[in-house]
Amino acid sequence: MHEPSSNWTKDHAASIKRVLGLWFVTLYSIIYAGFVVINVVSPSFMAVDVGSFNVAIVYGFLLIIFAIFLAAIYNHICTHAEEVMTTLRPGDETEALKEGHS
Amino acid sequence: MNYSVSPWAIAIFCSFVITVLAISYHFARSAKSASGFYTAGGNIHWSVNGIAFAGDYLSAASFLGICGMIAFSGYDGFLYSVGYLAGWVVAMFVVAEPIKRLGKYTFTDALNAKFNSRGIQLAAAISTLLVSIFYLIPQMVGAGSLVTPLLGLPHEFGVIMVGTLVIIIVATAGMASTTYVQFLKGGLLLIFSLVLVFLIMSRGVSTKPDQGGDVPFRDFQTIKAASWDGQTIVLADSGYSVAGVFPENSGKLVFVKLVKNGQSSFWKLDPAEMLLEETQTISARPDGIKLYNGETKDKGKFYQVGHMSRIVKNGQEVQKSGTTDFFSFIKTIKDGTVVRWLKFAGLKDGDDKVTVYYQQPIEGKELLKPGVKFKVDSARGATTANKIDFISLMIALFFGTAALPHVLIRYYTVPNPASARKSTIVAIAAIGLFYLLTLYMGLGAMVNGVLDLTNDNMSAPLLAKSFGVTVFAIISALAFATVLGTVSGLIIASSGAVAHDLADKFFKVKMDEKRKVLWGKLSAVGVGIIAMALGILFKGMNVSYLVGWAFAVAASANLPTIAMILFWKKTTSRGVLASILVGLGSALGMILLSQETFNEVYHIPHVKSLIPFNNPAIISVPLSFLTLVIVSLLTQRQEAARQSRNEIPEGKA
Repeated sequence: MHEPSSNWTKDHAASIKRVLGLWFVTLYSIIYAGFVVINVVSPSFMAVDVGSFNVAIVYGFLLIIFAIFLAAIYNHICTHAEEVMTTLRPGDETEALKEGHS
Repeated sequence: MNYSVSPWAIAIFCSFVITVLAISYHFARSAKSASGFYTAGGNIHWSVNGIAFAGDYLSAASFLGICGMIAFSGYDGFLYSVGYLAGWVVAMFVVAEPIKRLGKYTFTDALNAKFNSRGIQLAAAISTLLVSIFYLIPQMVGAGSLVTPLLGLPHEFGVIMVGTLVIIIVATAGMASTTYVQFLKGGLLLIFSLVLVFLIMSRGVSTKPDQGGDVPFRDFQTIKAASWDGQTIVLADSGYSVAGVFPENSGKLVFVKLVKNGQSSFWKLDPAEMLLEETQTISARPDGIKLYNGETKDKGKFYQVGHMSRIVKNGQEVQKSGTTDFFSFIKTIKDGTVVRWLKFAGLKDGDDKVTVYYQQPIEGKELLKPGVKFKVDSARGATTANKIDFISLMIALFFGTAALPHVLIRYYTVPNPASARKSTIVAIAAIGLFYLLTLYMGLGAMVNGVLDLTNDNMSAPLLAKSFGVTVFAIISALAFATVLGTVSGLIIASSGAVAHDLADKFFKVKMDEKRKVLWGKLSAVGVGIIAMALGILFKGMNVSYLVGWAFAVAASANLPTIAMILFWKKTTSRGVLASILVGLGSALGMILLSQETFNEVYHIPHVKSLIPFNNPAIISVPLSFLTLVIVSLLTQRQEAARQSRNEIPEGKA
């Protein structure tokens, strides 16, 4: 067994972050799958005009921008959760994490 | 095409190389321990690491490959941008923090943290090596493509130069120098891509693009045919004589060889309009000499292409669009007609093998929807297998990113999991911005008369060249640094697999910190030499296509194990081992037996592959997941016994 590259305080928010991460990745996967499916099922729909662009470009751009947006929200919630959970359980603050190494 | 070399371009390029070497020299002291060599001591700030992530990830495939694909095939190239970025969502929400918690130096560490299995150690190390080598090939090919226009040197020289430089960077200072080279390159690439897009908008679009007045627009000619009976053709212009008629593709394509004043040329017949359209050709003679439009390459008769034949502005046809913006640039292309160039490679003219490039006008709206490159549109003859192939590629891009070894090891360079998360956000923002720009850079290259028909990878640098030699030199040097940065990361990942995972952990070679670093450096040299050889061997292939393979193998061999270890408590060591082997074997097997590999790598297009599609992920990823679940469920008892054996000595200690 090896040690992690650095020691850090115990992460009380780990389970919250894990659930949130799973929900976000599921949400994004559905939207991404929709993009892929429309590409193969109805490519002509992708050519429908949306202002100066078309559906294909708007959907592609939105997927990129939405990823950035979700990442920012995720980080905000995670940072907040870490602060709150550390405040609630200060006793474990200096405990080096052994999770996965025993 | 024939490239002329500019001293200014060489000067800027050399200054980049010197800067990179200076960074390596500066950080050389930090690579005295294994931690320093593989993870830069775990002390990199998350913001620096985030941009370095972008530097790592925005490889030759992204900058050269995607821009080239968009320039030649329109929107379909942009699908790679979407897929590459979407993969970061998996990295962010699933992998980033846990992998940081579990690992030490390599991806194998994280995978094996719970099990301490030698089998996993070996399988994961082999998987890391294979994925890294698959990813290295296109980077080296990209490097070779770049040095020809930049320094006027042959492809092989570029490959060897990148290989040598990377070996110096990695062997001198390991991850620390690699990180700062990637940070520098990632930041500059974003800034200058924005500049390039701004220049594209400012110039607008013209039906006769002349590269800012530097290169006269080449107006390809048409000749009227007086008659055509399916076999013989009579021309209206008596100045030309017909030297041969070549019906190809069961008569769907007809090329005509004409001679005028002793000069021969090939033309494509449009039977409906009774017109002959001028083409461009590369003739390979039996003596090995290649003629470009009938002349040797140095005569410069093989022309750059790419223009719009019809531009509509406010309902009127115009010659120039004038200055555009993010919206009107796309609208101009969407509402107009773009002249694409297609390739026919099988024409035989006596003993000469002739590759013919011919024009095909296409409506902009057709070019900006899927289906030009990827066969997804039934109206264009796409089959179910074609569609599954496309879905498979998009699955590989989505699941592959979070399992690429050179991406995963970057999580160990930051101090803690929160920093890993934050650096991923910076990476997503930087990479996302770049991928938005690829559509504009690719389309800009498509309509600015800069395309080199023999090398789609050069589209973005040649677009930059049309704005002046300084812009070209900076963009090319950045593209070169792009290759340097990514190759450095891959070589560190590979050397970690060889020296840390295999030598140290698997074969239990006794080594102190000094020897660990030495092993790491020697491994880097070895992998670097292999990468150089492969870069020369795979010359001429589109780099984005090659990267698709690396993603497919990573998504199949690595991601299922990472995800299941993190989220399924019943995962056993044997399940993990079986999953890696099945994922690796099935993905590799399907790639090596695919029709595209038969055509492009083995050069045996006449042999029909039994595998119906070229991208394996749709089969290999679920297969890898399924294998893990089944084997894990079947080995619960053995796993419990193995864990108790592992726990006893620890308890006594």
